Amino acid sequence: MHRLDPRGKIGVAGLFAVLIATAQTYTTILAGLALSLVFLALAGLPLRKVVARLLVVNSFIFFLWLVLPLTYPGDVVWELGPLSATRQGLLFTGLITLKSNAIIIILIALVATVPVITLGQALQNLRLPDKLCHLLLFTYRYLYVFEEEYRRLVQAMKIRGFQPRTNLHTYRSYAYLAAMLLVRSYDRADRVFQAMLCRGFHGRFYSLRTFYWQRRDGTFLAAALLAGAVLFCLEWLKPSLG
Amino acid sequence: MSEALIALHNITFAYPGASRPVFQDFNFQLLPGHHIGLIGPNGCGKTTLLHLIMGLLRPQAGRIVIFGEEVNKEKDFVRVRQKVGLLFQNADDQLFCPTVLEDVAFGPLNQGKSPALAVQIARETMDRLGLTGFEDRVTYKLSGGEKKLVSLATVLAMQPQLLLLDEPTTGLDEHTKHRLIHILKNLEISYMIVSHEHDFLNHTVKECCRVHGHCCQPLPHRAGEEPVSTCKKTVSAPGGEY
Ligand SMILES: Nc1ncnc2c1ncn2[C@@H]1O[C@H](COP(=O)(O)OP(=O)(O)O)[C@@H](O)[C@H]1O
Ligand SMILES: [Mg+2]
Repeated sequence: MHRLDPRGKIGVAGLFAVLIATAQTYTTILAGLALSLVFLALAGLPLRKVVARLLVVNSFIFFLWLVLPLTYPGDVVWELGPLSATRQGLLFTGLITLKSNAIIIILIALVATVPVITLGQALQNLRLPDKLCHLLLFTYRYLYVFEEEYRRLVQAMKIRGFQPRTNLHTYRSYAYLAAMLLVRSYDRADRVFQAMLCRGFHGRFYSLRTFYWQRRDGTFLAAALLAGAVLFCLEWLKPSLG
Repeated sequence: MSEALIALHNITFAYPGASRPVFQDFNFQLLPGHHIGLIGPNGCGKTTLLHLIMGLLRPQAGRIVIFGEEVNKEKDFVRVRQKVGLLFQNADDQLFCPTVLEDVAFGPLNQGKSPALAVQIARETMDRLGLTGFEDRVTYKLSGGEKKLVSLATVLAMQPQLLLLDEPTTGLDEHTKHRLIHILKNLEISYMIVSHEHDFLNHTVKECCRVHGHCCQPLPHRAGEEPVSTCKKTVSAPGGEY
């Protein structure tokens, strides 16, 4: 799975994300979810990490459960004082939950396994706009800068015996930390860019990596397309048959 | 007389918001084949001088002539940066690719070399600096000294005609320092070194200048050698021939 050409993986992930996002029936989405679990199994990722990531996503979805069933118009199935949940609302929220999880799992299995730099290069290779790819690469690069500056500042505070307490000194120190973090990260990003200019950077990244499309990539793509076709039939052809 | 590689005429530069300019009517020149050491107390403007030459900072007044051509605009400096290599004082600013090989090949790629050639140049440069086997190391996980050497490799890989080194020896052990001396002595290009280490300068340059707000004052570097007085001359005949 990890040796597959990243371009193929990105393409397949994109295809299924679109299919699942536009699907409206439980059958299709459950099939999509099953498929995403297959990808996940193939990727062989540590389960604990996957669950941690899913929890983050589902904590957002939790808020949907608080609001959507109560506000969606339809047959009331459950009432508590002025609040009433509708059957359609519950079904709809369930649909969204399954959709989101299926798409996230597919992204975790297919895209998150590609290093960000390779991802940027693969996207560039897939003829996505340069600006978009640079945005991705720079965001990644500067996130690291940000984290590094943070670590240094915290270290500088620690070695001088700083211990967080509930007092003004602590709050002021944290305010300084936040401010310094912003200023220093900005400065550093500036200098990194200057260094790039010094080395002849003119807005284009050249990649040392050449991507090779191999037989297994073809097989993977063919299998994925087939599965995609099944999903498509489930969703869009079934009504006309029945 | 041969034309100066770098000539700064009556440069005035102040950082935005600073009360005092770093340079006021500053004059400086570097002749072909010369190796100059820049010294001076912290904060006297050594780094600023190098950044002015590279066009990373722009003077408020004065003329900069590099390789006989006056440089004003970003476009001019883009050409300068193809021929002049700057080693940043802080190696963290210089490295930004995930792996060492990619970082060293970044410059050659920007110069329009093919990936294969860029990799070849990168490997040769790294071998020369004793960095064989570092290709796939992650740049931000190197030690301070290793980062410095890799930074130097990234600069040398662009095969500059002139080298500006900002405190190249910080973080290097004795052995590596000697290798650096050896490398510099074998380079057939002019260079300027900012350093606080007299021993290192003794081995690598023939003249030293102390950076002041108005000029670079030449210093008698070795006993018995007549100092070259660029400072007085430029003051008495600014912009004249030397
Ligand atoms: N980004 C900056 N903004 C404002 N002032 C600066 C900045 N960088 C340096 N300076 C000031 O300019 C002066 C020269 O700095 P610099 O060239 O870095 O000195 P050094 O000779 O130690 O390399 C110092 O007084 C410093 O305080
Ligand atoms: Mg400095």
